[in-house]
Amino acid sequence: MSVAVAAAVVLVAGVALALLWAPEDDDQGPSQRIFYLHVPIALTAYAGFGWGAWKALRLLWTGGQRYDLESYTAIHMGTIFGTLTLVTGSIWARTSWGVWWSWGERQLVLFLILFLFYAAYFMLRFSLPDGPGRARISAVYALFGVVLIPISFLAIRLAENFIHPVVFTRDGPQMSGDMFFTFCVCLAGMLLLAGTLYLNELAGKRLDLRLRELREALELG
Amino acid sequence: MIRARGLERRYGAKRVLRGVDFEVERGGFTLVTGKNGSGKTTLLRLVAGLAAPTAGELEVDGERGQLGFLGHEPLVYRELTAIENLRLYARLYRVPEPRERIGMLLERFALWDARNDRTGSYSRGMLQRLALCRALLHEPELLLLDEPYSGLDTEGAELLDRELAERRGKVTFLVATHYPERLAPLASGALAL
Amino acid sequence: MTYVRDVAALARKDLLLELRARETLPAMLLFVLATLVAFRFALPADASERASVGLLWVAILFTALLGITRAFIPEREQRVLDGLVLAPVDRSAIWLGKVLATLAFLGAAELVALPAFGLFFEGVTWNTVAAVVLADVGISAVGAILAAMAAAGRARELLFPILFLPLSLPILVGGVGAAVGDDPARYLAFLALYDGVFAILAWASFEYVVTE
Repeated sequence: MSVAVAAAVVLVAGVALALLWAPEDDDQGPSQRIFYLHVPIALTAYAGFGWGAWKALRLLWTGGQRYDLESYTAIHMGTIFGTLTLVTGSIWARTSWGVWWSWGERQLVLFLILFLFYAAYFMLRFSLPDGPGRARISAVYALFGVVLIPISFLAIRLAENFIHPVVFTRDGPQMSGDMFFTFCVCLAGMLLLAGTLYLNELAGKRLDLRLRELREALELG
Repeated sequence: MIRARGLERRYGAKRVLRGVDFEVERGGFTLVTGKNGSGKTTLLRLVAGLAAPTAGELEVDGERGQLGFLGHEPLVYRELTAIENLRLYARLYRVPEPRERIGMLLERFALWDARNDRTGSYSRGMLQRLALCRALLHEPELLLLDEPYSGLDTEGAELLDRELAERRGKVTFLVATHYPERLAPLASGALAL
Repeated sequence: MTYVRDVAALARKDLLLELRARETLPAMLLFVLATLVAFRFALPADASERASVGLLWVAILFTALLGITRAFIPEREQRVLDGLVLAPVDRSAIWLGKVLATLAFLGAAELVALPAFGLFFEGVTWNTVAAVVLADVGISAVGAILAAMAAAGRARELLFPILFLPLSLPILVGGVGAAVGDDPARYLAFLALYDGVFAILAWASFEYVVTE
């Protein structure tokens, strides 16, 4: 519960800083502020996929079944935040350049590919019967996902030559001190939010599983 | 040869095997009985190494190459002939003198005449006999049989009786069956699930 | 090397199965031809060379989809895969056998597709051929393990394309880039990287896909 409180506090602080305190960007104006949400959300999505892959590795390495739920929930978080990345990125593109989508925007394209990949993860899980077999196959797929991230990033950079040249640039790490601080607060807030949702969902699913186990044990007396 | 303690296998919330303890000594012949759904097949699959237990301990002396398994399915390719199927398994199990061994087994199970037919055209009884050939091909030290008489006619059943009797004492057996009476004379132990 | 002999025996089995079934290879050949013709109609006459090369790659990927979807069907019908898993062979040999057989079929389909493309659109450069060879390795390596995953569940024919396409997007980039990019070597190197990374991952993790 303390995580939830921390998440709420830090996130609200971060958003407040982003909207009110951080200095205005010279080039892009007020619309640049969505950067403080968009990039932390993207990084949190990566964290979700990475955590899910780590738990997947633990499952394959040790065979402990509890890692399956942890991996699944982490990837679920990653997918949710990934979808939010696409949404916030699209909004940012709209406010900055007037288009809802841009193929020159590397993060957007990368997340589109990852979205397709991890959406397929859920379809895969749905098609498999519950049990250790499903856990293993999901884990292997999660590992493929985490390898796909850098490979896709490389592919997108290579593709820029013929898909869509990068004509727009935007704020990278050359932020001023104040901007960087705001960014970090927002990042911490997003990670805490993801952590809260993760722990919450995990607890719920575990409870559900325990309930079903008990019910099944009772039925057979 | 097989030692199990607290063996458990679950699929999600469902437990198919719960806290099974048993031992089978080398050369022993243990029957596994129980009604449908009691986990006989799952137990054999665990011992065979096709699935891992979700809890408990299981020790099986011997490697995969020394293990023969007969499940509910014959585990043969329908598009290939009997000979092609057995040749493949003979290579994978590194069977010495494969041609002689395959020929001998096909004869013993009265399948020699059908050896060049696609197994997709086989009857249920023929498939079961071919599956037995497959299981015995590499002269395993441990035989796991899941309802071996299923699908066999009288002649087939007698062929199987002969094969089991010949190996009694030299090979360790774990046999799941609905009709323990037929095998009772051979059995040295029983496990009821 | 018993591993090599195991792989050879398994690859031979896979080739034999497909040739016996006599469905997959003719379907792939016909499909790739029909797709190229369809693309010819779909593309306006003044389309650039770059656009048509992209279509070649789409045709190759979709043809591969057709061929690989059925890759593990013989094994999953009646659990024949258990027979292979029981045997004292390295489980990765099962994957490698499938990969080799898939490469053979893909190669056969491309022997038809590339000349057809040259006929309907315009000439195929050596860079494209090199890219096709490299891409085939990646497609087969990734396709084989994904096919095994899809075959384990329901709706396997629907699921495989969904699993395969996201992972194949980098291959698409590499292939098209090698044909139209300024520096084809970079794209070919990228394809080689893709092949290496995913082949190793698939090889190492196949065991976990076919055992429980």
